[in-house]
Amino acid sequence: MSAADLTRWDASRLAAALQAGEVSSVDATRAHLDRIAQVDGDADAGVHAFLHVAGEQALADAAEVDARRGRGEELGPLAGVPVGVKDVLTTTGMPTTCGSRILEGWVSPYDATVVRQLKAAGMVIVGKTNMDEFAMGSTTERSAFGPTRNPWDHTRIPGGSGGGSAAALAAFEVPLTVGSDTGGSIRQPAAVTGTVGVKPTYGGVSRYGLVAMASSLDQAGPCGRTVLDTALLHEVMAGHDPHDSTSLPGPAPQVVAAAREGASGDLRGVRVGVVRELGGEGYQAGVRARFDEAVALLTEAGADVVEVGCPNFAHALPAYYLIMPSEASSNLARYDGMRYGLRVVPDGDGVTAEQVMAATRAAGFGEEVKRRVILGTYALSAGYYDAYYGSAQKVRTLVQRDFDAAFGQVDVLVSPTAPTTAYRLGEKLDDPLAMYAGDVATIPANLAGVPGMSLPVGLADEDGLPVGLQILAPAREDQRLYRVGAALEALLLQRWGAPLLARVPEQPATAATASSTTEARA
Amino acid sequence: MSTTEIGNVPFEEAVAQFDPVMGLEVHVELSTVTKMFSAAPTEFGADPNTQVDPVSLGLPGSLPVLNAKALESAIRIGLALNCTIASQCRFARKNYFYPDMPKNFQTSQYDEPIAFDGWLDVDVPASEDGTGEAFTYRVQIERAHMEEDTGKSSHVGGSTGRIHGAEYSLVDYNRAGIPLIEIVTRPLTGAGRRAPEVAKAYVATLRDLLRSLDVSDVKMEQGSMRCDVNLSLRPSPDAPLGTRSETKNVNSLRSVERAVRYEIGRHAGLLRAGQRVVQETRHWHEDTGLTTSGREKSDAEDYRYFPEPDLVPIAPDPAWVEELRATLPEPPAARRRRLQSEWGFSDLELRDVVNAGALDLVEATVAAGASPVSARKWWTGEIARRANAEGIDLASSPVTPQQVAELQGLVDAGTLTDRLARTALEGVLAGEGSPAEVVEKRGLAVVSDDSALTAAVDAAIAANPGVAEKIRGGKVQAAGALIGAVMKEMRGQADAARVRELVLERVGAS
Repeated sequence: MSAADLTRWDASRLAAALQAGEVSSVDATRAHLDRIAQVDGDADAGVHAFLHVAGEQALADAAEVDARRGRGEELGPLAGVPVGVKDVLTTTGMPTTCGSRILEGWVSPYDATVVRQLKAAGMVIVGKTNMDEFAMGSTTERSAFGPTRNPWDHTRIPGGSGGGSAAALAAFEVPLTVGSDTGGSIRQPAAVTGTVGVKPTYGGVSRYGLVAMASSLDQAGPCGRTVLDTALLHEVMAGHDPHDSTSLPGPAPQVVAAAREGASGDLRGVRVGVVRELGGEGYQAGVRARFDEAVALLTEAGADVVEVGCPNFAHALPAYYLIMPSEASSNLARYDGMRYGLRVVPDGDGVTAEQVMAATRAAGFGEEVKRRVILGTYALSAGYYDAYYGSAQKVRTLVQRDFDAAFGQVDVLVSPTAPTTAYRLGEKLDDPLAMYAGDVATIPANLAGVPGMSLPVGLADEDGLPVGLQILAPAREDQRLYRVGAALEALLLQRWGAPLLARVPEQPATAATASSTTEARA
Repeated sequence: MSTTEIGNVPFEEAVAQFDPVMGLEVHVELSTVTKMFSAAPTEFGADPNTQVDPVSLGLPGSLPVLNAKALESAIRIGLALNCTIASQCRFARKNYFYPDMPKNFQTSQYDEPIAFDGWLDVDVPASEDGTGEAFTYRVQIERAHMEEDTGKSSHVGGSTGRIHGAEYSLVDYNRAGIPLIEIVTRPLTGAGRRAPEVAKAYVATLRDLLRSLDVSDVKMEQGSMRCDVNLSLRPSPDAPLGTRSETKNVNSLRSVERAVRYEIGRHAGLLRAGQRVVQETRHWHEDTGLTTSGREKSDAEDYRYFPEPDLVPIAPDPAWVEELRATLPEPPAARRRRLQSEWGFSDLELRDVVNAGALDLVEATVAAGASPVSARKWWTGEIARRANAEGIDLASSPVTPQQVAELQGLVDAGTLTDRLARTALEGVLAGEGSPAEVVEKRGLAVVSDDSALTAAVDAAIAANPGVAEKIRGGKVQAAGALIGAVMKEMRGQADAARVRELVLERVGAS
């Protein structure tokens, strides 16, 4: 069996082969590490989905899983499967940078709960994936360590902030990744790379060890190449965590069963609402066309499809861009050079702690982080709080009410995930407002805490790039995403005859000749 | 603004001309085993940066979880202060940069405290100089809220130990995240020239109350209870409130009184000179008894408070709150009043007991069967004297209330004289056993065999015929010499009153 074959396998197929003893985790891990070495490159060329590859540790972990399996131990369904972790989750034994100079080289003394869950499930963490600095961005161009490139076209963005996690999947560097989604950072990269990504219900997955951007919006979630793979990872991550006060009590939703049920392609009795406000004007023609076709497929599968109005979604974007920077300005205050990470000491005598803090933050944070910290600091200031943060919270309540009303009528909502396909690197870097506007369809779910999935529904005619469809469900009903998503995926597969990702161009081998045990990258 | 240019006005003059208004903010460290928002330990005096975890260090990705015991303590404090307990409340973030604060924001309650609108009756004792009567002052409590403590900076080098002029600073995060309750009064008005005493009495009463709740060590010298004193003056009680100063970290009861007196004099000096009082933080100097200017608050420090998104709102179950209310201990002041009445002590007697730290001990001794008077005498007399000589707290004395009651029982039964009882106490303190055992071992019991006593009396009379003659002649006080001789003969182990009876009887008989 060639190594290339293993990297093309879905996680569920790989997991089955591992369980059957047909392949070893060491073989699977080495195959993916080799693939990373071939295509990932660095800041200048290649996909650059990874900021750090922990080759030796991954192979050792894989050998351990193989040994346990050899002893007949009971292992989880994804034991031995390689996984990439967005560099916003803390990991012992490898750096956690959040894509920022200010945390360059920092190694956490503790594992995020999600990372502990991956390890407990016997999954093999191959490395940390690239991201916009502190998850602030929609293109991964804001990574302090250089952008990730879209495997469909290296001149295009892979989405953001979790471009690394999405691109790693599309480039077959790893079958599963963990992302985080504050305003769409899992779903939008999934949409523009032709992969699947899920933002779970807020509180459904622990945030302990997920380095915070905006605490009330952040949610870690699973990314995969298929709906079922994503569900398998979701179940590893989900569940109550006593270390996270906002973690939901009670049992996690049964998403794997829902994905298997949906794969039959039968959606009779399922009510689907098309969000009127998310579509039409401002949405690329190819995006609209693929979306409309997908909705027609849902109807063919037996779903009752209606149009649903969510009038307050129009205010979601500005509200988000007040709440998110407000919380971020406070969450990022701790990076001051006093305890860990970068420390910049200005020249001269009698330098004060305040001057060190200021110099460290000036040198350590990138432009977009500074923009949001300043924006948030302003929005929380006395005299402005009510007008900005206070009003935004009211809008948030209105958005939640829109969802409540909509879910009184339908079981799930659908929309395009993003208004456009992947645009060119650099295209919107100098126009933050235009970039922010790309989050219009994903933000409402974060404001309301409801779960959302993006899955590929084809390529836009005008540019041949992937289009994503977003499914939204009520809080704690994540399984609905998987049922509908798996059904749509099955119907599309019938139509296409092969997965969309089969059409990803072969990645150019990079000049970087790093071996599979390369440790530091960036 | 320098305080050296304008002299302070003498206190009596200042309070004759101005009406002082105080506001007291007391921070209390709760004696929970773990921190406010994590399982890090809270041991005092541990090596620097050993009582920490990712949460109390504010490491990236860490999240707070509220300590249930701290919440319970906060509610009990609120109830003991006659506050309303919030049916729902939240934490907020207080944002500012300081190296001893790991997250550069403090997680604190802001506009939604756990407890609010309470009061505490404070018994203000009569002035030591006799210029004022004892009275009761009701302190209105605005709020009691939960927050986390910061770390501690120490500035190394330079002469002052302050940040200015230091070569470098060290930060110890052991204290970071220790649960704090901040208790804030409403403006305390109407105290007039008694304001410094009211302030001191309030903090003392609060300290006793918190100690009775067993929620804090309340050791001001260790910083587990810290007081900030806000003070302003106004020309008359009808005038609007004046500009206040906030004197930080006044950390003894005596200093609370002194700081208020000092600030009254300082404010009066400024106002008389037509200067404005600067709204600022001031530092209290225990050694000199002065305050000096800290940071000015005129740049309107903006803490950018907003609700803490990492914590969920707190909604204490009303049944639980009622259970906590029902199990509150009796407030110390009410308990003192009750015991005084039960024991029939004068104000002075009770104060001696309280000041000696003997209230619990006397109560336990009475419960063990001793009379209140004898219990008081033992604990504020002989035992206090010996503890004092040893340099230990009364409560640390090795003698127990049960043993004291037993000792007194032996006296009451005539087995021991007071003097013998003191000797027996010595044996108990030396670890020789219970009072009965000491009496047995040392052979201390009073000789109550009348035949032995009578023989000794007769011998004394025979040896001192002149004295016996005087007694017979009516000089009864001359009996003392005979009694002394008998007691000497009996090596003190006789009841002097009985000896006296026998002397008079035998003189008459001979």
